[in-house]
Amino acid sequence: MRYKDLSPAVRRSLWPIIGLFVLLLANVLISPEFFSIEIKDGRFYGSLIDVMNRAAPVALLAIGMTLVIATGGVDLSVGSVMAIAGAVSAGLIVGGVDNIAIVIGGGLLAGVAAGFVNGFLVGYFGIQPIVATLILMVAGRGIAQLINSGQIVTFHHEAFEYLGVGYLFGLPFPIILVIITFVLVQLLMRRTALGLFVEGVGANASASHYIGINDKLIKLMVYCVSGLCAAVAGMIAAADIGGSDANNAGLWLELDAILAVVIGGASLMGGRFSVFLSIIGALIIQALTITIILSGVPPKFNLLIKAAAIIVILLLQSPEFHRQIARFKKAGGAQS
Amino acid sequence: MSTDDTVLALRGVVKTFPGVKALNGVDFTLRKGEIHALLGENGAGKSTLIKVMTGVYRRNGGIIALDGTEIHPANTGDAQDLGISTVYQEVNLLPNLTVAQNVFLEREPKRFGIIDWRRMNREARELLLGYDLDIDVTAPLNSYSVAVQQLIAIARGVSMSAKVLILDEPTASLDAEEVASLFNIMRDLRDRGIGIVFVTHFLDQVYAVCDRITILRNGTLVGEYEAATLSQQDLVSHMLGKELEKAVHEKVGQAEAQTRETLFELNQGSSDVLEPLDISVCAGQVVGLAGLLGSGRTELCKLVFGVDELSQGDAKLNNQSIRFSNTRQAVVAGLGLCPEDRKKDGILGPMSIRENMIMALQNKRGWWRYIPMKKQRELAEHYVKVLKIATSDIEKPINQLSGGNQQKVILARWLAAEPKLMLLDEPTRGIDVGAHAEIIQLIRKLCDDGLGLLVASSELEELVEFADKVVVMRDRRKVAELSGSDISQQTIMQAIAGQS
Repeated sequence: MRYKDLSPAVRRSLWPIIGLFVLLLANVLISPEFFSIEIKDGRFYGSLIDVMNRAAPVALLAIGMTLVIATGGVDLSVGSVMAIAGAVSAGLIVGGVDNIAIVIGGGLLAGVAAGFVNGFLVGYFGIQPIVATLILMVAGRGIAQLINSGQIVTFHHEAFEYLGVGYLFGLPFPIILVIITFVLVQLLMRRTALGLFVEGVGANASASHYIGINDKLIKLMVYCVSGLCAAVAGMIAAADIGGSDANNAGLWLELDAILAVVIGGASLMGGRFSVFLSIIGALIIQALTITIILSGVPPKFNLLIKAAAIIVILLLQSPEFHRQIARFKKAGGAQS
Repeated sequence: MSTDDTVLALRGVVKTFPGVKALNGVDFTLRKGEIHALLGENGAGKSTLIKVMTGVYRRNGGIIALDGTEIHPANTGDAQDLGISTVYQEVNLLPNLTVAQNVFLEREPKRFGIIDWRRMNREARELLLGYDLDIDVTAPLNSYSVAVQQLIAIARGVSMSAKVLILDEPTASLDAEEVASLFNIMRDLRDRGIGIVFVTHFLDQVYAVCDRITILRNGTLVGEYEAATLSQQDLVSHMLGKELEKAVHEKVGQAEAQTRETLFELNQGSSDVLEPLDISVCAGQVVGLAGLLGSGRTELCKLVFGVDELSQGDAKLNNQSIRFSNTRQAVVAGLGLCPEDRKKDGILGPMSIRENMIMALQNKRGWWRYIPMKKQRELAEHYVKVLKIATSDIEKPINQLSGGNQQKVILARWLAAEPKLMLLDEPTRGIDVGAHAEIIQLIRKLCDDGLGLLVASSELEELVEFADKVVVMRDRRKVAELSGSDISQQTIMQAIAGQS
């Protein structure tokens, strides 16, 4: 079977997966024990687990971002929403709330509220997504700082910290959270028609409206899901350090999340989406960081190497690039 | 092989796409100083042939010779440099730039390396005056009508030393007067020795302006004819590959209509853009909506479907009062609308034929009751067969289909949702004769199945052919209602013109 005979869906998934595979392979070459996983006290330890654990916040953001991008939008506020959710949970704990359900519920509620604002501006007022979410990207950190009264709020709450540092079935809990979120979103999108409607709205909002799809509500929903995912990521970040840092929690992570979705092969114009490939994208970004660290290249080259590797991955999955290569090969073949 | 005045010769051109042979050894000969019509049904290969000539596609076989030398245009710019210019139905210039900038795009007159604006504007103006266009060339392109934009595109193409000018459905969005002036320009260019390839769906226009005709069918050449000696009937049967049957149908007379159940009723309904009006549709009845562009036909469809809100009056479906606050309610109640602008409001471009077809049904069922994949495929394959949609695969993105086939997919989308009342806004716009006849037959059949249809159309002939009742609109109000044997092109036209 040749590449061009593959179905578009397979072709699309091929490159991110190959990319991740190559990166992991490179890691093994650099440090042979990369794939080894130890079991200590019923817990798995190893570089692979680290990659997944550290990729968890971006993977969560990417799950929500995938849906938003599928409708032709973008959510720049997720980093700030992380900070808000962390601040709300920390505030509740410091304020004396001990009930874990309320602490987590508060954080989630903050995320949904933020998503609701974004979705309402985009869906019902027709404000361009990049502008609408930029507002909350900037204002969100301000809100988080207000909640924290301008301080870094530290706390100690065992049940809440479990979100960031706990283990379940031998795996770090953030990984479990990613899996749960992925499964839930996947069920919601692919076992119902929601995924189809999301793609429809992204492909042509006006036509979807004429079909009778409530395009505004669909947009509102995806931003709410994105806010929710960001809230989970924010609480993981806060639980991880046992504190809420409004200035730094989730800083610039919206860009990593968008990048993860793009590496996963989604078009920013909207339409087709694959949550799974976006998670692969998030893993690629994290694996890359680890590769650079392991390879012993001086840290000052980190960002450049990362950028170069991402360009290669994006080129590999660009249909236009494949056409150019094919044309180049053909021309070369004709001459020789 | 070719006479001396041949400017562009295609011999045995082959173009294949995965699974489809789009062009199968097609010959085409264009002489200097002629207007040559390229005709065929949707999917016959006209667009592919043009794209091969202009370098959008590369041919898989055969020869293209310009002035006797073989050419291999690699892209449109290449073809343009060789002397082959193309003007598309949708003008592909830059609407936000000025007229002069568009005319001289990428070849601006320069002075000391910077653009000489004064000279550019002057030359653009002079150039356009040659096309009877006395316009402000410093205004943005989109401040002019499509007709003027098209002339500007032609002027640009020709001024870049065109030997061959390809016009791909240039008249689709022009009114009669604009068409006439376009034809004058075309004749003028022909007299200057340019070979013009003219693609259109309007057969009358072929006879009005063309010298010769080449007909394609299913990617193969049917033949080349002199326009003067080919009758319109023969032309159509060549295109279809069969004799054209005139669809005959019994009109539901007024007396009979009264015995039928009224399906939909609008009493003194109005929206922000429509004057109050009455309209009723029975089950199994086709109600035509006639009127000029902007007379309120589209607005009426939108009002009935709930895209626009009913500001006063009331609407009834099956004798129950309805008021839609969103389009989903309309769909659930049993309405369907095929919008006028297929590309903008109809198709979900990158999504597959299957997905495009099941969307309305899925929406009617609600998001939580996902149609099983097996059922989806069955539905899609069923409609591809029944509506004779030309495609190799139901998973193909809809934007790879021709206009007529896209329209059929959108019809299928609504049929799958089993509506009671279908609103078709210009269902045959931009569709060739074959698909046109098929869609009209389909409309008749639907109505025999007991569906109520409200069809807006600017083609009077078509309305007379299928409508049981015609509502005539003018200036956003209903001016006449004709039924039964009163319906004729003459009476509709009189009503539109306001002389009854």
